[in-house]
Parts: sequence; C-alpha cells; structure tokens
Amino acid sequence: MWNYEKRLQYPVKITQPNAKLAQVIISQFGGPDGELAASMRYLSQRYTMPFNVAGLLTDIGTEELAHMEMISAIVYQLTKDLSMDEIESYGFDKYYVDHTLALWPQSAGGVPFNSCFFQSKGDAITDLTEDMAAEQKARSTYDNILRLIHDQEICDPIRFLRAREIVHFQRFGEANREDCSELV
Amino acid sequence: MNFKMNTEQENMLHDISVVDFVTVEMAEYLDTHPMDREAMEYFNHYMRMKNQMMRDYANKYGPLSLSVADNSCKEWKWALQPMPWEGGC
Repeated sequence: MWNYEKRLQYPVKITQPNAKLAQVIISQFGGPDGELAASMRYLSQRYTMPFNVAGLLTDIGTEELAHMEMISAIVYQLTKDLSMDEIESYGFDKYYVDHTLALWPQSAGGVPFNSCFFQSKGDAITDLTEDMAAEQKARSTYDNILRLIHDQEICDPIRFLRAREIVHFQRFGEANREDCSELV
Repeated sequence: MNFKMNTEQENMLHDISVVDFVTVEMAEYLDTHPMDREAMEYFNHYMRMKNQMMRDYANKYGPLSLSVADNSCKEWKWALQPMPWEGGC
C-alpha cells in the first residue's frame, strides 16, 4: 500500500512553455528508459526476490513514482496554456490531436508505453543486473536531454533526477553481490 | 491555475524537501546496510525532524499528507491543497 504527499520530491517551476522541449522530455515519462518503466520494473520484480532485496526494490520503485511525477510536472508546465499557433509551430499538433494537453506515456518518437521495455525474470542475479543497466540507460537519457536543453529552469530538476540514477545503480550493485542474502 | 505562496511557506516547503531527501537517501542506503547503527541514528534524527516539520506546515498552511490532516476543522483541508505540479513547490 502507499501514501501520497502533495508535494514534488524536488521543485519544478517552469515559467516559459515550450512544446518542442516537452516532446523530448516526455520520453522519461513513457519511453523505454523512462521513470514509469523503472517503477513498474522494480515493483513487478520484487515479489520473487529475496526479502531484503524486495525491500530495496520497493523503496526505489516508490521513489521512481515520485520521479515520474516530476517529469510529468515538467511536461505539463511546458505545454500549459499553449496557443493554437504555438502548438502548430512547435510540431505539437500530432500529439495534440490525440491527447489535447493531457499527459500520456509515450517516447519522444511517439511510441506508446509498453511493458516490453522491462523484464521481470524471477532470478535475483538476472533481475538485479537488468536493474543496474536500467539505471545507466536512464542516466544516459538524462545526459542526452542535458545536451539538447540548456534552459536552467528545466536542467535543474533534470540534474537532480540524473544524480538519483547513479545512487540507485550503486544500491543495486550492493544488492547484487554474490551473497545478497547476508547484507551487512 | 497558479497558487501563489508567500516566502515563509516556500521556505518551509523547501526545508521539508531537504529533510525528506535525507530520509529517502538513508532508507535506501540502510536497505543494503541494515546493520549500520550510525546510519540508523542519522535516519531517526532526520525522520523525527521531518515529522515535526510536516505537523508545523499543516498547522499553518494545510496538510501535505493525510497523516497530518486535521479533522477538527469545518472544512476538509486536504482537498483544498493545491496539486504540486501547479508550480507551488
């Protein structure tokens, strides 16, 4: 079960809407290495994990939900109150026709969210190794976003999310030791 | 719809984010280091601090979680809180 706190894990305050940038960042909502896939990966895998690893997957999977909310807030604020002229000039018309200005999980290329983005294999070594790779793939995606976007209002929360990928990689590495049943 | 906050409210929310971040980071660390007593004391210290800050914020500006929602008022303040993606925090 979960509890909700009505606040973002890290502040998102974007004053300049830009639907072109939103179409890039939405990949970290519903794309192959996005936060929705991350959260569903860990929260699906945990049931068949050793109980101490299941606890780590629960806590990180929960934090990923908070990251999904931050990414969603960025996309929402970048597309809020757009005029029809802006929607067309930013190339946002193809998204707009299906979803108006609502949030829908897809990649930057328009591919819908799919659970084939992640695996849940029932083998602790296999799943934890995938989890470590997933954190690096998400970190690479944030690096790419930071090469494409230079607006500080956007880059600040993106840098926070990038740093969390590195910490989670470290935690999964600790859990993926040979004897992960005896964590100390 | 934008919800304007005064500086004190923004500062309190900022401080809650900082202290909460410590508890998230320490919880994940402790998940792989469950015998680290120094880390546990660190976690306990910041979790107590966060709980107090959540109560103080709720008393002034309304609850950020149901666990600090005051049910002695005439109105259901939880529902009247702005959603966080509106730029308030």
